[in-house]
This record gives sequence, C-alpha cells and structure tokens, in this order.
Amino acid sequence: MKRMKQFASLAITAAMTVGMLSAAVSADDAFKIGAIGPLTGAAANYGTAVINGAQIAVDEINAAGGIGGVQIEYRGEDDELDNEKSINAYNTLKDWGMQILVGPTTSGCSIAVSEKTKADNMFQLTPSGSAKDCTNYDNVFRVCFSDPNQGRASARYIGEHGLAKKVGVIYDSSDVYSSGIFATFKEEAPNQGIEIAVEEAFTADNNVDFSSQLQKCADAGVELIFLPIYYTQAGTILQQAAMMGLQTKWFGCDGLDGMLDMDNFQKELAEGVMLLTPFAADAEDELTQNFVAAYKAAYNVTPNQFAADAYDAVYTIKAAIEKAGVTTDMSISDICEALKTAMTEIEVTGLTGTIVWTADGEPDKDPKAVVIEDGAYVSMQ
Amino acid sequence: MKNKMTSMSKASRDNLWTILMLIIAFAVVQGFRMGGLVNSHMDGMLVPICVYATMAVSLNLVVGILGELSLGHAGFMCVGAFASAFFSKLFENSMGVFPRFLLAILIGGAVAGLFGFLIGIPVLRLNGDYLAIVTLAFGEIIKNLINVLYVGRDSNGLHFSIKDQASLGLAEDGEMIIAGPQGITGTPFNSNFVVGFLILLISTIVVLNLINSREGRAIMAIRDNRIAAGSVGIPITKYKMFAFTLSAVIAGCAGALYAHNLSSLIATPARFGYNMSILFLVFVVLGGIGSTRGAIIAAVILTLIPEVLRFMSDYRMLIYAIVLIVMMIVNWNPTSRAFIRAHIPGKLSGGKKAAGGGEEGR
Repeated sequence: MKRMKQFASLAITAAMTVGMLSAAVSADDAFKIGAIGPLTGAAANYGTAVINGAQIAVDEINAAGGIGGVQIEYRGEDDELDNEKSINAYNTLKDWGMQILVGPTTSGCSIAVSEKTKADNMFQLTPSGSAKDCTNYDNVFRVCFSDPNQGRASARYIGEHGLAKKVGVIYDSSDVYSSGIFATFKEEAPNQGIEIAVEEAFTADNNVDFSSQLQKCADAGVELIFLPIYYTQAGTILQQAAMMGLQTKWFGCDGLDGMLDMDNFQKELAEGVMLLTPFAADAEDELTQNFVAAYKAAYNVTPNQFAADAYDAVYTIKAAIEKAGVTTDMSISDICEALKTAMTEIEVTGLTGTIVWTADGEPDKDPKAVVIEDGAYVSMQ
Repeated sequence: MKNKMTSMSKASRDNLWTILMLIIAFAVVQGFRMGGLVNSHMDGMLVPICVYATMAVSLNLVVGILGELSLGHAGFMCVGAFASAFFSKLFENSMGVFPRFLLAILIGGAVAGLFGFLIGIPVLRLNGDYLAIVTLAFGEIIKNLINVLYVGRDSNGLHFSIKDQASLGLAEDGEMIIAGPQGITGTPFNSNFVVGFLILLISTIVVLNLINSREGRAIMAIRDNRIAAGSVGIPITKYKMFAFTLSAVIAGCAGALYAHNLSSLIATPARFGYNMSILFLVFVVLGGIGSTRGAIIAAVILTLIPEVLRFMSDYRMLIYAIVLIVMMIVNWNPTSRAFIRAHIPGKLSGGKKAAGGGEEGR
C-alpha cells in the first residue's frame, strides 16, 4: 500500500522533472520568433494557416540573408483554441528562448496570453486576434482589423456607396467575432442613414436551418443582408435563400473569405456577394502571386487571410527590428521597448495592404472591398 | 505515531496516506520552484493541475460515492468561474486583494452550490441514465445562458441584457463586465500554486471525511441499494441532495481558481461544454471509480501528458489517446492485473490492486 503511493508520487515527480530538463535556453546568434495557434481541434485550419504563413516569411527572409545578416529561428506551438493551453504554449516558447511572439491566432487566446507578455514585457504582434481587448496593453500590436473597426467600416462602406437604406443582419450571437462586428455596425448604422429592419441571431448549437431568419428578412423587404459571420454558415444561408427565391444584396466581412473554396458549394450562389477582406488569393499584384505560389508549393493548399496576416506580421517585425536597430543580445524587455517605439514609425506594404500603426496597437490601413463575379474576387471601387 | 497508525481503522490510514501524498507532492514541487528548477512551462501548469484535480475530487463524490452519473460538471465549474470573476471585476478597486480573492472563491462555491441545489431538486428524483441526460442538458444550458448574458456598469449602476451590448444603454463612463460570447475580460490574476493546493487539499479532506462519516455511510448505502436504504429509514433525497450540492460547491471553487488564472474567461464549448465534463469523468473512471486518490493522480497525469509530449507536435494527441487506452487496459483488465501480480512481487502489486480497485469505493 505504502509502496504504491511512493511509486505514484515518484512517477509524478519524474514526469515533472522530465519537463523541467527540456528547458535549456540556447543563446546562439539568431532572432527567436515564436508563433501560437490552434493546430488541432475545430479551428485547426486557422492556426495551421498562421503557423505556415509565418514559416513562409521566415524562410524567405532567411534565404535572403536574414535581418541585417542575422538569421531567424522560428517555432510554432499548438493551443487547441483554448486560453489555458495557449498560455502553456507561450510558456513552452519562452523556455525555448523566444524573444518576439507572433500570435496567438484567435482573440480569446490572444487576450489571455497578453496578460503574460505584459508581465514579461515581451513584444507581441497578433496576426488575427481581432477582438477589441486584444491590444489592451501597450506591448501588443495587431495586423488585422479589429472587430469594431470592421463593423464600422462595413456600415460606412454601405452608407457611402449607397448600397442600401434598409438592411437585415444575420449574426452568430455565440461568437466573439460575429457579435463584436455587429455591435459596432449597429452603432454606426444610424450615422450612415441605414435602417436595420431585421436583426436575427443564431448560435453555434443552432446553425443549420436559417429559413425563419431569411423569411423575416424577406417579409421586411430589406435591400441588403449583412452577414458578419464565417463562411460555412454564410454558404448555407446563400443556399437556403436561393431555394426560397429571395432576391437581395449580400455584404460580409473577412469571415466570408474561403467560401469559394468550400467543398460542394455552388459558386454561382455567391455571385454578387460583396465582402471586406484584407487579402484575396487571386489578386494580381506580384507580392500576392509570389506568396500564393510559395504557399501552394509548400503546403498544397491556397492560403487564406490568416496566412497572409501572419506573413505580414513577420515582415512587420523585420521592419521594426531594422528601424530600431535591435540586436540578438538585448534582453526581451529591451527588445520590446525598442520595437514598441519603432512600430509607430514604420510603414509596411504587405499582402493585406499598406499599414501604419498607432501607439495603442491598432493598424491603420484601407479596407478593401471585393465583389464575387464569375466565381472570383473582383476589387470594388 | 506507529502505534497510533496501527490502531487506526484501515480507511482512516488510507485517507491519511492520500493527504500525505498531496502534501509531499506539494513540498517537492515547491522545493523545486524555490530552487529555480521549474521552467515556466511547468510552472504555468501547476494551477490548472490543481483545478483539474479538484474537479476530479468533486466529480468522484457524485459518481463514485453517490453512484450517480453526472455529465454536467463543467457547468458547475462554469457557474463558479463566472460568479467569482464577476465579483472580482465589481470590487477590483474597492477591496484588498486577499479578502476579495477569498470572498470570490467562496462566492464561486456558493453560487455553484446554489445551482447544484436548484438543479438537484428535479434531477435527483431521477435515476441512472435519466439523471445523466438531465445533467448533460444542464451543462449545455448554463454555457448558452452565459453566452447571451450582457452585464455592464456605469455611474447609474448595473445594467443587464440578454439581447446585445447596445441594448444595455451604457453611459459614456460605462464598462462591460460580461460581454456575452466575449465573456469576462481582465479578471485580476490572483491564483497561484499555494492557493490552488490549499483548495485541493481542503476539498480532499472534506470529501474523505464525509465518506467515513455517518452521512457518508448513508450516501454509500443509497448507492449500493436505494430500496434497501430507504427501507431502513435513510432519507434518500436529503442525502443525495447533500452530496450533489457539496460536489457543486467544490466544482465552483475550482472554477473560481480557474477564472483568476486567466484574464479572458469565455464559455466556449471546448472549455465548459460536454467534452470537458467527459474529461472529468475520464479522470474519475481512470483513477478507479470511488477512489479519491486515484482520481487526483489520474487528473494530474492526464493533464501533464499532452503538455509533456509537446515536442512530438501533432502526434501528441495520438499518443494521448493511446496512453489513455493502455492505462485503462492495464489498470482494469483482469489478465493484465494477474500478470502484474505474478511478476511484480509483494506489496507493490497488492498496492496496485488496492488503488485500482478502490476498496472504499464499489
């Protein structure tokens, strides 16, 4: 009996010791950049895109001689879309010797980890953490638009281009992203002379049948339906609207990006759908085409906006390091202080546009609107 | 000490060992931390380990001692987490850290206990599968309710809504406390290993004492034969309710600990949904249903495995599943247990049997 308990305590201690021994921090001459995202679980495609997108950028930079002659060491860790696991991932990277963090991929994780980066004063640049609270601390910056900004930009775009006066909204009330966009859209809509005639919510547990929401929109005679949601549900909505014979305009945010690549999706359903997205894989410019080609060659899939955000994040860090003259022997905290200042001084032209940052961590770039024509994105003016 | 130990009943001695095991494990880890030998990865894991071990103790009380299958325990943890984080956000600037955190833990436990009591009224009239289904539904309902709850505060006081943020009508100086699916952001970071350990230790002592008390015997009598227990005059509903509520209180305290370890508390399906409840059940089943010590050990090992295996990147989930299956087979399969008994001499294999079988359990 006694032995068993001793054995058990020993086993636990041994397990912990094994963990501790792997903590050797190496001090060779390289910038150590870590990335965090969900590589397993429901949101694995987002995390994989971020980790891979950053990897492409790191490989390009290293092949071109690194940052000022110094190579980048890069490592990505899984957080399973869980705040607690995300902190575990962050601690793992810290033990590895990470100096700069690209990530985490999602908002909740990003907020949780920012508490830790703040305590360590480590520079954090989240590629796609879009919730407002992600950049609460001054050491955190982001590449993507914040949710409130997207909601406001959408309302302005619809108002300024006179797309519609009477609008219906279908959103996911159980989702941070969707409800975050909707909150500011609703706030901004009256300023743009938009009347929200119908606002219908669904939740993650109830996202297959949208006929009642669509019927309400049809009854109210809305001119446009705003969809601040992800593409899987949007695809279903478009399908069901087509079956009902509902004729209306559709407008969405970057969550709709990816719709055209969905399996078994009839592309003609998406004809005329407008969306604000920072990145379109079939854009004509050289930067995008090179990136898409490299990504396809390495991973055999078309990159999405998450990959593009992460790619831009790594190049942003490169630009900031060059601007601030950061060297690898500086402490994590000194690097953070230097980069914080440099971030507000640089201008980066990346896949998602030309970006400058404000001191509160928000990117300032023009939202791009595209319309789907003949199964492809076409830029709107 | 030795004399006293032998004069103790077998059950008390067993319990003493469980508590000693906890204290020794704590002392060893704390010693390593003082010596700076614990890396930040493992250091960050300590509070979550305490949370999960406490949850295992809590669920073991319902599943192992009361003998009812609860599939909604993550729901109680969720209630405790949100209640305590809500309290901490409200009084963050008006109370000292220590009294506020202590109160937050107590409030987490009390609110979860209240929910346990309320849910218990209809639920505990059911048995077996029906009870499992209702607790499962409860867990899902709690998660969804919190996801539509908006609470804000401004100079006029608190505002509630179950519609959206805009309908709160907050003044300019207002701040969101619970923002629907975005949950609670900016909960003060108060949890640490010592507090976590104390919660685990106190929960364990309470549960172990309960098992060996008059009430505990009554609860186990109900588990073993409900009709026989009723016929000798044991008030079945009262004792079932008592065990269920106590279990909810412990889960609520674990939730409070969890909430104060993260600055972003979101009721995601992965965190407070069905999957998490099942994970807690796995701790209990793997540790040997009814064995508190086994449940704690299983919780610690299963929390550590995926993290220790990080160096295997994507394969770690695969390994985790394999380890789970292997542990289950080796722990419970009669052939493998006979093999262990035959090849590992003496006390160790005997101990294995005791820990696996959980004599004080079934």
